[in-house]
Amino acid sequence: MAHRKVGVGLRGIGHTVINGIWRIGYSSRFFMHILLRSGTSFRRLGLTIREMYFTGVMSLIIILVSGLFVGMVLGMQGFETLQKYGSEEALGVLVALSLVRELGPVVAALLFASRAGSAITAEIGLMKATEQLAAMELMAVDPIARVVAPRFWAGVVSMPLLAAMFSAMGVFGGYIVGVKLIGVDEGAFWSQMQAGVDVWGDVMNGVIKSFVFGIAVTTIALFEGYDAPPTAEGVSGATTRTVVTSSLAVLALDFVLTAFMLRGG
Amino acid sequence: MSSENLVEIRNLTFSYDKRPILKGINMSMPRGKVVAVMGLSGCGKTTTLRLIGGALRPTSGSVKVDGREVAELDQDELYQMRRRMGMLFQFGALFTDLSVFENVAFQMREHTDLPESVIRDLVLMKLHAVGLRGARDLMPSELSGGMARRVALARAIALDPMLIMYDEPFAGLDPISLSVVGNLIRRLNDALGATSIVVTHDIQESLKIVDYVYFMSDGVVIAEGTPDEIRASDLPFVHQFVWGDIDGPVSFHYPAPPYGGDLDLRGNHGA
Repeated sequence: MAHRKVGVGLRGIGHTVINGIWRIGYSSRFFMHILLRSGTSFRRLGLTIREMYFTGVMSLIIILVSGLFVGMVLGMQGFETLQKYGSEEALGVLVALSLVRELGPVVAALLFASRAGSAITAEIGLMKATEQLAAMELMAVDPIARVVAPRFWAGVVSMPLLAAMFSAMGVFGGYIVGVKLIGVDEGAFWSQMQAGVDVWGDVMNGVIKSFVFGIAVTTIALFEGYDAPPTAEGVSGATTRTVVTSSLAVLALDFVLTAFMLRGG
Repeated sequence: MSSENLVEIRNLTFSYDKRPILKGINMSMPRGKVVAVMGLSGCGKTTTLRLIGGALRPTSGSVKVDGREVAELDQDELYQMRRRMGMLFQFGALFTDLSVFENVAFQMREHTDLPESVIRDLVLMKLHAVGLRGARDLMPSELSGGMARRVALARAIALDPMLIMYDEPFAGLDPISLSVVGNLIRRLNDALGATSIVVTHDIQESLKIVDYVYFMSDGVVIAEGTPDEIRASDLPFVHQFVWGDIDGPVSFHYPAPPYGGDLDLRGNHGA
């Protein structure tokens, strides 16, 4: 009896592992298909711009408000720590570096995954469940080229822009709290920031990160939608997996990219 | 022979995950005719349509459309062939993010570079043919089931196809919409000079409009004939299907062990 239970358990593990590897392979193939069939997204730019509106512009509110609050909190916490060492003037550079190098790309990507990523998965999943993708295929229109690729490029372009907006709002939030409310010297706040933030070393690293996060989050969201079982339960499960998987992917990629960038820099 | 028939299916078998769905079927769809493929849910009707459209590949046997073997076409050739096919899906499968007008215009925009004014005229003509010219600005979510089916029909005939395939066009429609859709299938087929394949289990409605019927059960064609021959058939399965008898060759009960044993009537509880 016991050895039968062990057998069932082992089979379960084997099944999970094989399924996991199969999904990695399938999603990589899916990613290659998107890249190979991206011609339409650029030839008919209107399709991609329309998706940029839905993924990018519609995410602006949550990105801007979150950026402002994160910046304001950074201003308060940073001042609290810096004043112990008598270097409150460095508040500007602290706020800016934290945002541009880490918080901007990472928090914006996490928000993007839950705001736009989940919407993309649900939309593609429902299009599949209601046979819209099959209908397109039978009308001799490739759904990857017509539906998936424009959403991919819209996400990849929107992500760095959203991260930049997040950081800009954050710096503004830090300025309001630090300079206007607490009374840090305004000239020192800005000049230290200007001197301390390097365009290539700091800003570009942040842009590269958010570009990579954009690729990861959008690919995961599209794949989960495209692969979702065509039922209500299937689509809801896929939407949850998108948020969980892409958030974990963002945090893991952030660690790897930061390690490379710090060693390289 | 092949020039008379637009679609020819010979000894077609298809298995899904080693589970046989089609077990060697033969069908011919003559040009200009409306042919019904009938049978119970899960008997392989929709699979047959997907094989004709090239969405699935046969395990063995042949599916020829307009003289060409569908399984041998590469992606480009398959897409070329599909441009001359229209398909109506079970619940319409309209693109929910596009208006009625844009749904019908979809293929014209994707496959032609017609000027906007021509597209507008063509779309309005197609919508007029299904009686929905006035609904052009509505979104799919604002349509009733019958209207959605008619818009999908207008979309299926957008590029004047040679072959129109209908997957359960009558499912879930009220009696008026049912007659409207049935009537449209016949009229549009004749007006376009197309060939239509109607997959359905709505026997009464389809016998009114089709030229020929294939009956499928459990992956094989078990009867075929004109609507009159089908009505007069004394094959038990066809009789049960046409007259809706509750019990017959298709059993009311899902296979189960003997009833008495299941209820434990011999008093051997706990055995």
